[in-house]
Amino acid sequence: MATTITEVPVFDLTREHFLRDMRRLAEKAAPAWLVKARAEGAANFADTVWPHSKMEEWRDTNIGALVDTEYYSMTTLPRHTLAAFDTSPHRIEGWINLVFVDGFFDAAISDTSDLPKGAVAGSLAAAIAGPAQDLVKRHLGSCLGARSAYTALNTAFIQDGPFLYVPQGVELDRPVHFLCIATERQENVVSHYRALLVLEAMAKATVAVTSVAMGAGENHFDNVVEEIVLGDGAALTHCAVIDAGTTGRRLCTTETRQGRDSRFDSYSITLGGAIVRNQMCVMLGEPGAETHLNGLYLNAAAALIDNNLHVTHAATNCTSRIAYKGVLDGASRSVFTGRVLVVRGAQKTDSMQLNNNLLLSDTARVESRPQLEIYADDVKCTHGSTVGPPPPEIVFYFRSRGVDEKTARGMLTYGFAEDLAGRIPDPALRRQLDGIIYRRFSPGING
Amino acid sequence: MSIPRDNLETATYEGSRVERSTREVEDLARGEYKYGWTTDIEADTFPKGLNEDIIRAISARKTEPEWMLEWRLKAYRNWQRMDEPTWAKVHYEQPDFQDLRYYSAPKPKKTLNSLDEVDPKLLETFEKLGIPLDERKLMAGVAVDAVFDSVSVATTHKDILAKRGIIFCPISEALREHPDLVKKYIGSVVPTGDNFYAALNSAVFSDGSFVYIPKGVKCPMDLSTYFRINASETGQFERTLIIADEGAEVSYLEGCTAPMRDENQLHAAVVELIAHKDATIRYATVQNWYAGDEQGRGGIFNFVTKRGKCEGANSHISWTQVETGSAITWKYPSCLLMGDNSVGEFYSVALTRNMQQADTGTKMTHLGRNTRSTIISKTISAGRSDNSYRGLVRVMPKADNCRNYTQCDSLLLGDQCSANTFPYIDVRNTSSRVEHEASTSKISEDQLFYCQSRGIGPEDAISMVVNGFCKEVFDHLPMEFAVEASRLLSVSLEGSVG
Repeated sequence: MATTITEVPVFDLTREHFLRDMRRLAEKAAPAWLVKARAEGAANFADTVWPHSKMEEWRDTNIGALVDTEYYSMTTLPRHTLAAFDTSPHRIEGWINLVFVDGFFDAAISDTSDLPKGAVAGSLAAAIAGPAQDLVKRHLGSCLGARSAYTALNTAFIQDGPFLYVPQGVELDRPVHFLCIATERQENVVSHYRALLVLEAMAKATVAVTSVAMGAGENHFDNVVEEIVLGDGAALTHCAVIDAGTTGRRLCTTETRQGRDSRFDSYSITLGGAIVRNQMCVMLGEPGAETHLNGLYLNAAAALIDNNLHVTHAATNCTSRIAYKGVLDGASRSVFTGRVLVVRGAQKTDSMQLNNNLLLSDTARVESRPQLEIYADDVKCTHGSTVGPPPPEIVFYFRSRGVDEKTARGMLTYGFAEDLAGRIPDPALRRQLDGIIYRRFSPGING
Repeated sequence: MSIPRDNLETATYEGSRVERSTREVEDLARGEYKYGWTTDIEADTFPKGLNEDIIRAISARKTEPEWMLEWRLKAYRNWQRMDEPTWAKVHYEQPDFQDLRYYSAPKPKKTLNSLDEVDPKLLETFEKLGIPLDERKLMAGVAVDAVFDSVSVATTHKDILAKRGIIFCPISEALREHPDLVKKYIGSVVPTGDNFYAALNSAVFSDGSFVYIPKGVKCPMDLSTYFRINASETGQFERTLIIADEGAEVSYLEGCTAPMRDENQLHAAVVELIAHKDATIRYATVQNWYAGDEQGRGGIFNFVTKRGKCEGANSHISWTQVETGSAITWKYPSCLLMGDNSVGEFYSVALTRNMQQADTGTKMTHLGRNTRSTIISKTISAGRSDNSYRGLVRVMPKADNCRNYTQCDSLLLGDQCSANTFPYIDVRNTSSRVEHEASTSKISEDQLFYCQSRGIGPEDAISMVVNGFCKEVFDHLPMEFAVEASRLLSVSLEGSVG
């Protein structure tokens, strides 16, 4: 006997709350092109399944807890002010500090000091509503490939986030700092940050994006998509500092598209969070482009930190350098995937990739997957990966000089991590990060 | 384009010197597949298709014990519930499993006492393959078990081995004569439900080799199996089981060829190795299945599960493979390092050309303390081929002080091929050290120029450089195999360069 099974659309509990908030967002006024872009995002979201561990990309990254949580989008909730929260330790001295609270720009506590003529730094929402609308329209969504259900979701909720525009040939003399703060809340809250950084030809800028959580970051989830467009000969130094507290969750996808002879220097520093995934995708689409991706993840307690890198060499004579370092303690887990793709015809590619992991605890777990996919023959591509404890011979050397083991291990760990923070060119940011790393490992050193 | 013919002939080791017609040598020089002929032998073949009856028939034909049939049926039921893996970086049309014959044996099938009784045509076949099957060729020092399509046709040197208590026979014979040993070990390393192709193999495997080396015995000669797929529309599913008891030592070689056919043929083998305390197993493969023509028509689908278990302390398993054949290769010889101080090694050369696709590598799972593993992988891609290394190194929490070193080098010949490296490193123990290195480059112009300035032609120069690139791996092959492998590589490169 033959039976036919007809597919019945299942009422998906894990999606319904997002759909509900999408409907509420649709009630608000927005330009027609934005409504269309959001609708496309919503359609993609409907067609895409949640990431799961059977997908090669998400093989070791279990975000089941994230999928199963019912989140309220910040679209509909009352906004918080930061009266009780002192933002000064997170500000960077001498920079233009722009503060976002739960995904929305807060002009009252931001510097809106002058920028060179034609440059814009501020909020995406303001740019959409203001004279820069055409710029946003042209670039928004231009870098993003179909990555996952979460990036589609972000597109469906485009409202606000960091925005930077530097016109042709302009160099920003003061670096810009986007400080994104997650406030403490009773309900589970998701912020769909959408960032857009555009540097026209020969423009130059230094940008930092810091994400911090008030308290433990409980109930909070940041779903971030960041698009970076670099024109011919442009140079951007981009530092992302992530501290989502002990329980905060964050999925971030950064998509960068580089023009001819442009240079992208990225520093990604993850200090905390229960589930953090930083996906960094770089498209080297024009000859001579250069990208340097540096990363540091200090992983403790039961955190899961995933750094997922995609570098596509789609033109000749491009250079990529990847250096990611991790320190793992407690029952933490870290996943590193570095995928370098050299497409057919991308000759004279020069690519190096290194992932070093320092393992401090037996309950910690490291997964490292440096991958090469090469379709051109005149290339120089290498990758390397190491996992190990602080070297016992060096610990022994310290002890033979009268330094106890705990201090020796603390110093070695600090040295391992500081090496990466020390590469940041801006002294103010470097000092600030160095202080954070030192405090993290100083109990070992001082005590 | 030329290969010095003298070299070709002197490179064949004793026992495999085969009279070659001029034409065959010409074929060799053109770098074409030289094992592409078929042997017209009457075969006992089952109808196409797979169901429980076919499995019962295979089991009955082999006069297997009841438990074996149950085991096969269990595997078959597992297989029916499984999906074909899609994570490998290979693209092909899924074989129609109902359109294959699961059993094909040369006729007449009667008990053979000596080689003289074997069908002369069959002997001729193996002679063409260069296998020292003939007992006169004792000097070759290799005991051979030859598997033709689905059944083992001859095993040499049985007496010498038997004197030391070594069992080396077709697995179908082992099932009849040493059922307890087989029952104890079969499926203990690769369970019936391990993966899609291992499950299929468990259900329908027809023959393969069985080796048991007793306590403290060092096998006096290298053991060797040659596999040949002859009949059309058949799949070959062999199963090899090697057990080295405490302190035993064995070196095992495997070679494979198949005729040139336009349709794809499936080869899904399972190899299980078990090394007890202080035992050593070295397993070497030279895989030269038919790779399809330049347009990618035909060729073997080589979907193989090979796994070794270092069960006892101080045990040692070493895999060496030279992969030059097959249209699609999907193969990850692995080691489970369970015993303390056990050692796993993987040395691989994979060469792909024309439209070949290979996704191969290893898995090293460190479970015991002070375990060590080394992975050396060399991949060479030419033509429009796709060649990927995929390897997993996993260190479990209790594996203190273990050590892994991995090196993957890729060489690209031409700008239409690809070389990919997908390592997976998973560490859960602080006292362990894992290192991975990989590089990809094209052949060095300087080296080629140097060779050419010394009067060596471009093709020979490339062959020299490539052989040098692979030397680290060839050093781990037994001498005769190393010579074969090096020659095979040179021949395979012919016509794919420049």
